Amino acid sequence: MSRVSDIFREKKAFIPFITCGDPDLETTEKLVFAMEEAGADLIELGIPFSDPTAEGPTIEKASMRALANGVTTDKIFEMVGRIRQRSSIPLAFMTYANVIFSYGTEKFAAKAAGCGIDAIILPDVPFEEKEEFAPVFGVVGIDFISLIAPTSAERIGNIAQEASGFIYCVSSLGVTGVRSEITTDIGSIVAAIRKSSSLPVAIGFGISTPEQAKQMALLADGVIVGSAIVRLCETHGRECVPHVAAYVSAMKQALA
Amino acid sequence: MSKGRFGVHGGQYIPETLMSALIELEEAYTACKNDQAFQSELATLFNQYAGRPSSLYFAEKMTRDLGGAKIYLKREDLNHTGSHKINNVLGQTLLAKKMGKTRIIAETGAGQHGVATATAAAFFGMECEIFMGREDTERQALNVYRMRLLGAKVHAVSSGTATLKDAVSETMREWSKRITDTHYVLGSAMGPHPFPTIVRDFQAVISQEIKAQCLEKEGKLPSAVVACLGGGSNAIGAFYHFIDNPEVRLIGCEAAGRGIHTPETAATIATGRLGIYHGMKSYFCQDAYGQIAPVYSISA
Repeated sequence: MSRVSDIFREKKAFIPFITCGDPDLETTEKLVFAMEEAGADLIELGIPFSDPTAEGPTIEKASMRALANGVTTDKIFEMVGRIRQRSSIPLAFMTYANVIFSYGTEKFAAKAAGCGIDAIILPDVPFEEKEEFAPVFGVVGIDFISLIAPTSAERIGNIAQEASGFIYCVSSLGVTGVRSEITTDIGSIVAAIRKSSSLPVAIGFGISTPEQAKQMALLADGVIVGSAIVRLCETHGRECVPHVAAYVSAMKQALA
Repeated sequence: MSKGRFGVHGGQYIPETLMSALIELEEAYTACKNDQAFQSELATLFNQYAGRPSSLYFAEKMTRDLGGAKIYLKREDLNHTGSHKINNVLGQTLLAKKMGKTRIIAETGAGQHGVATATAAAFFGMECEIFMGREDTERQALNVYRMRLLGAKVHAVSSGTATLKDAVSETMREWSKRITDTHYVLGSAMGPHPFPTIVRDFQAVISQEIKAQCLEKEGKLPSAVVACLGGGSNAIGAFYHFIDNPEVRLIGCEAAGRGIHTPETAATIATGRLGIYHGMKSYFCQDAYGQIAPVYSISA
């Protein structure tokens, strides 16, 4: 079991997502420490991509703001290095294939491992294309996280068997973003995953309220929240840290 | 494991949510490709509805002006809806119908693919939604009007750079929201497998006709085939049946825009580098960190 799998031990994990550099990297750094203190178990750090096809408008706009602010992959590596001097919270990068391919996959993996990244999530790299990426991250000890969607059906077995760290269960069709209701039969998807893998399962996409988190946690081992937090960053800008901390703390309490 | 490769190009770099739709499409397409009834139904649509074969017209004055080769124009502009786009659209919409889909969605740049898709949807009695960059809806307002007249709903996309690449992203997002009853009619030789193969096969009728028409008129194959190159659908259509004839030069012309040494260009092969975007590995204009650069175009 990796450091990432460990976060689910004897508790339901809360995994917040933020976009690096929205509103600026200094705030991103503060957010990581504040979320850790508020009870986050693993933090997803989004490396912005110009064309994030799996994202809804909230995270897409955050990516655009971050890029407009001049955020780059190298600046993010430096920031993670600074965070690691003060914190040991597990960290995952979430980004798109081209950000890594363009940087050089081996070089990217080495740098990510060097600055202390634990896992990588690439929403545009499905099972069929993961051989190009997963082994490269595997050798440097970074978990390549596999996603399973409501449409995965008979693909679930293969994906789950080859997964590492945890399994990211996508709650709904469509893209990321806050949803008032999650209608997918997640219970049966998780049951199908359990047949092929003993890895923890975390549910993401559409979750924003403590009630939803509580409900989802009954079905799985953890909950991932992105857009609801990114919206707080959008609304409050550099003043977002206490708002995000309060939100994370409330979500964590709902999972207790 | 990885499918739909053309050398290093191609692949299926797409969210897991869409993989089942791509697999369903590939299976349906493989079945139809080898189905005589499907192929003859499509041939009838091409000939009776789209107006194929399009003529191979001898451009006498252009031949004289340029003073070199005899120049023929393959008049894809004379097809119904005014472009080659109808070939792929009729093929894909017929395929979608066979798959039991009731709704088709598509991206469009200048609007030719959108108009063709709206037309096919009206013909087959299917629901249709078109995604078009906001900027493009303004400079190509006439095509927006035509699509709406044909019963399509046109969405002006204002995300990102509000042009074609964002329209493609938005159509992919829309498809991932509603897969069961919806087919995405991708209009260019791009996107995840099986789209590049499907678009190539439906557009290959262009080179098939050129070959026969040129042999009839000239008694030999052309020395060269020249095609403009954006998303690549008309180019691969015009080239495909000549690939095994090395004596025929195949020349693709990209739009330089304000020049390939400026950022205002659409010449992705000349100025781009290998990357992963919109479901495939290919050449893209991008910065040092892999952020996709907008391409410059006066049309879309």
